[in-house]
Amino acid sequence: MRFMLLFSRQGKLRLQKWYTATAERDKKKMVRELMQIVLARKPKMCSFLEWRDLKIVYKRYASLYFCCAIEEQDNELITLEVIHRFVELLDKYFGSVCELDIIFNFEKAYFILDEFLMGGEIQDTSKKSVLKAIEQADLLQEEDESPRSVLEEMGLA
Amino acid sequence: MSDVVEKTLTALPSLLSLDSLSGSTTLSSTSKLGNLIRGITELTSKHEEEKLIQRELTSIKEQVSSPNTSTRQMKELMVRAIYCEMLGYEASFSYIHAIKLAQQGTGLEKRVGYLAVSLFLNESHELLLLLVNTVLKDLQSTNLIEVCMALTVVSQMFPKDMIPAILPLVEEKLNHPKEIIRRKAVLALYKFYLIAPNQVQHIHNKFRKALCDKDPGVMAASLHIYFQMIQENPEGYKDLTSSFVTILKQVVGGKLPMDFNYHSVPAPWMQIQLLRILAILGRNDQSSSEIMYEVLDESLRRAEINHNITYAILYECVKCIYTIHPKSELLEKAAKCIGNFVLSLKINLKYLGLKALTYVVQQDPKLALQHQMTIIECLDHSDLLIKRETLELLFRITNAQNVSVIVEKMLEFLRVNKDDYTTIDLVGKVAELAEKYAPDNEWFIETMSTVFSVGGDKMQPDIPNSFLKLLSEGFDSVEEDRKLRLFAVDSYVSLLQGEPGKLPQRFLQVISWVLGEYSYLREELDAVLRLLANLLDMRSTSSETKSWVLMAMTKLCGGGAGVSVIREVCETYGSSLDTVLRQRAQELQHLSQDCELRARVLPRGAGLEPLEVDSSLSFLDGFVSEALAAGAAPYKPPHQRQEELAQTKALSLEPYGLSLPISMSSCSIADRQSPTLLSVSSGLSGESPDLSHKGGTTTLKLDGVKRVWGREGYLSQREPVEEPVHVEVPSPVVSPSQRGGEADRSHSQTPTPTATPQPEQEKQQLASSLFVGLASQSSVCLMGKSESTTQRFRRKARGPVSSPAASEQISNSPVSTPSTANHLLGNNFLDSNITSDLSVSSLESTSQLSRGPAAANGICEVELTESSPALPRDNAVAAAAPAPHQDPDTLKDACLRSHLPAEFSGLCPSDITPLCTNQTLDFLACHLQKEDSVSLVVFIYNSSDSDIQQILLELDSDELEVSCVCGSAVQEARSHSVAVCQYSLTVKRPSVHVEVVGMASYRCPAETPQSARFSYKLPLTSFIRPLTVSTEEYGAMWLDFSHDTKQKLTLRSDGRESLADTLDVLKKKLNLHVVEIIGTEGIVACRLLRDQPCLMHCRLHEGSLSVWLRSPVPDLPDCLMYHCQRALQEH
Repeated sequence: MRFMLLFSRQGKLRLQKWYTATAERDKKKMVRELMQIVLARKPKMCSFLEWRDLKIVYKRYASLYFCCAIEEQDNELITLEVIHRFVELLDKYFGSVCELDIIFNFEKAYFILDEFLMGGEIQDTSKKSVLKAIEQADLLQEEDESPRSVLEEMGLA
Repeated sequence: MSDVVEKTLTALPSLLSLDSLSGSTTLSSTSKLGNLIRGITELTSKHEEEKLIQRELTSIKEQVSSPNTSTRQMKELMVRAIYCEMLGYEASFSYIHAIKLAQQGTGLEKRVGYLAVSLFLNESHELLLLLVNTVLKDLQSTNLIEVCMALTVVSQMFPKDMIPAILPLVEEKLNHPKEIIRRKAVLALYKFYLIAPNQVQHIHNKFRKALCDKDPGVMAASLHIYFQMIQENPEGYKDLTSSFVTILKQVVGGKLPMDFNYHSVPAPWMQIQLLRILAILGRNDQSSSEIMYEVLDESLRRAEINHNITYAILYECVKCIYTIHPKSELLEKAAKCIGNFVLSLKINLKYLGLKALTYVVQQDPKLALQHQMTIIECLDHSDLLIKRETLELLFRITNAQNVSVIVEKMLEFLRVNKDDYTTIDLVGKVAELAEKYAPDNEWFIETMSTVFSVGGDKMQPDIPNSFLKLLSEGFDSVEEDRKLRLFAVDSYVSLLQGEPGKLPQRFLQVISWVLGEYSYLREELDAVLRLLANLLDMRSTSSETKSWVLMAMTKLCGGGAGVSVIREVCETYGSSLDTVLRQRAQELQHLSQDCELRARVLPRGAGLEPLEVDSSLSFLDGFVSEALAAGAAPYKPPHQRQEELAQTKALSLEPYGLSLPISMSSCSIADRQSPTLLSVSSGLSGESPDLSHKGGTTTLKLDGVKRVWGREGYLSQREPVEEPVHVEVPSPVVSPSQRGGEADRSHSQTPTPTATPQPEQEKQQLASSLFVGLASQSSVCLMGKSESTTQRFRRKARGPVSSPAASEQISNSPVSTPSTANHLLGNNFLDSNITSDLSVSSLESTSQLSRGPAAANGICEVELTESSPALPRDNAVAAAAPAPHQDPDTLKDACLRSHLPAEFSGLCPSDITPLCTNQTLDFLACHLQKEDSVSLVVFIYNSSDSDIQQILLELDSDELEVSCVCGSAVQEARSHSVAVCQYSLTVKRPSVHVEVVGMASYRCPAETPQSARFSYKLPLTSFIRPLTVSTEEYGAMWLDFSHDTKQKLTLRSDGRESLADTLDVLKKKLNLHVVEIIGTEGIVACRLLRDQPCLMHCRLHEGSLSVWLRSPVPDLPDCLMYHCQRALQEH
């Protein structure tokens, strides 16, 4: 995978992860162009795109678009499932996730993504073990933070 | 955290109203980010947002630089900085603080620090160097989470040069008791492999351990590395085929823990990765493919449930089945699968179905026939992507009969398409089809006109080039040529009479050239000249096009045509500020007045005459020597001037930095440097030389592009002039080699009178015209007329199904265990440390005895008689050998050496390595380095009691050219004797290690044919020879080379002479030539056989050696760097 983008229906970038070295200027240009193309597509259209030398796989969840760029020989369908698994993970962690969770806790979303994908390849396909890794890391500093910890919240959820 | 509050709110407005009551006053860390976010959402204009963010950034900046900020506050500040960056505002001041936070923070703070670093910086950022120590420390931490963080950041971005610093620690993690750490370490190594493959070459066997890891997650991670490595070198991993098949079987069979299931499908990611690996391993390899058939069948069968994920697996399965050696049952099932995809109502599946069809249609055109109605429907699909993919499919099934319909469809698409990338690609395809299958002249010219108008200035420049070449070269029939050209002229005249302002510049240039060359075929030249003159007056015409137009006018001006028009044009442009235009106008003026000269310089219809271009401009020699005699300074090529400048500053790194523009260096190597040549060519450029090398199917043609202005190109007239007027034609020069087989293009065939059906007519009819000629025998074919298919790019035919009954596959490299040879020689002769000089010299005399006359030819076959020092089956050999104190192992080796062809006497061969062995034959090999070549000698020892004849040895290599030196590759090996084959090796493509793969087939008397496979690996250093150059020459070469690599190496010693010592080691081990050592810098040169130079610049810097390698050959610097590193480590 070359990169993953999350953006809203209004065209606001919510998350970006680049797995190959790309110059800042190119990044901005690519993000802008891609958002335009993807947002212009109609709901019944194909979730795949051929764009420049890349294949784009995107999917919309509520108000958020998840968009991955993969290489020519990669499997598009499994990339859709990568997106889906990431959404499942977010959902489980935040408890029925919405866009606001990702806006206000984007660093958490990044941590989950890092635990799930590493260097652009899927690292851990098990929902349970990804979340376990995140929880362990969270535990480290939750001790001195406010009592309303994420863990408790998860207990509630 | 106020997450809880926020979670209860699902809509933004209510959130805002609530927080305006309570949130803004609290100063907790989250609310600051919250405030910022809320603040932004409240704004209405981009301008306000900018102001707010700038204010925010200023405040962040203030706080991060304050010494009182705690790491916890810092963490919060970083999060805000990340947010600002995500919105597109730069917060570069915070980068250094992010690194500091990663270093000093604990737990979450550290994590945020690392996250910020990985989001802010990329691989090449210089600040990353500061991170290396932190990563090192965390990798050694006892806290698992810190180790995880470090591994994560390392796989996200890490400076290439610093990988060696952390590599040992990451490697060590492969043995960590926790699987999560092992998994991350494997993925980190995978990343290293991607960015710097040479650095991780030595840990290949550790990857194997990861593949066998007891944790499936670690194993799955290692598959990524294997996929890469196998893709690069499938031959090297054939032995793993059955392991991958076994793993896949277990996965498919549900043997993995439930954790790995995804929507009740067992480990789909792993399945897909394995299928991809198997596809590569089975490609063109029947025996490997056979191992896979069963598991592929199983995979197809198991993937039943109707879920995206099973379709993903099916799709990969189908791809694999069509890639490997075919098996009819599987192909049938796969075809059915593709059918399900194509017919699916889900658009994603339909798209993939089309893609799969495109992939297989050349092997199995009937499949397209089966789905023709679906394909027709997709052609009119509302989603452009589906349309596009359908066209791609049609492109693959185009033939002389359906070309006009398909091209029409493609042009239709092009007219509505907005995406440049697609346009460029599709335009190239249309042009390709038009040239290949054009039914008649009119159609061809009209189609190309559309291509030029639609493709415009974006298209690949070789499209117009090859079009004009086609026109000018013509075909067999003179009459046909005339008609084609005349038609082109006529249609272009009518285009110019229309609205020429709308035509792209490229097209106008093509038109100008054609009109200039061939207008004489029609009557009214005056009208043409006027039309051309109109072009000049148009504001939109670029000056490049204008010069084409002027050139065309020059060609047409003779015979008193359009005198007034020409005079007017000359007046306007004779004083143009653009020097090229002025030049052209002057030429036009002169030549229009001097008919005789014009006829000589620009003979009509002679565009095809080959032209000798004196690229060294020797006709100017007289002028030059006169000028020299008159005291002018001699000309120096630019790099020489550069060098002289550099010399005044002695040796330093700086001068190398000033490299020349590429265009100059590209033409400087072959031709003699000449300033005139350069300026002439740049003045000529009808095409800009910096062609966009975009991908697509046109890649084939690209290699001709660089040489557009080469010496083969024709520049319109026979002799480049003694006249004062220096005339050049901006003709689209195409080198003849650019497109092979121009003549046999179907264009010359008699036009097929295909009835062109109207696209608007019924789909049935469209189908019949689209799929005509696809599979003539097939009953599905709707057209009654069946002509033989003229598919020109069918996939290479598969080999015959039968194969040698017994085939043995043994892969051996010199490093691997030599156990296979043991039974042959009784002992492990590889381990014995022989001093080869000794054994060679001592055996010199015996080998002389044993060598037959055939030895000179490179094949030497020795009868095993009592007197000859043959293979040591018993101790009697010791008596035959002149040195009685050698141990038996050495002798065995030495005896084989004695079979070396005569020309190698005195050379020092490598150790003789067993390649493979079976009941009757043993194969062994060694290589020898000569001054200008490397030879590979293969020994075939027949240990059986019967003679074996017709041993066919075939050697092949990805990286090497292997040519057989001996007369024929077929050999015979008498009982208990040795046959020798000799090959010479040249490097095609540098790689750290190069490998020769061989296959021997032979037949024992009264037995079935047998075959054996083997491989022989040798380091690139075998091909390296010193290159003796002077410092001046070195400097000149340095500037010309475009591929380079830099790295720091450890010094051999710390002493005063450390540089000299280190270089000495390199010189000895790698066979380099030390050009000069000046102070703390040294320059070294070598060449790769044959004559591919590589230069090295070393500098002592802070206790290590900065090495910079440069070469014109890609990959060579990287490979050599690897060997330098190894040489110094081993020492």
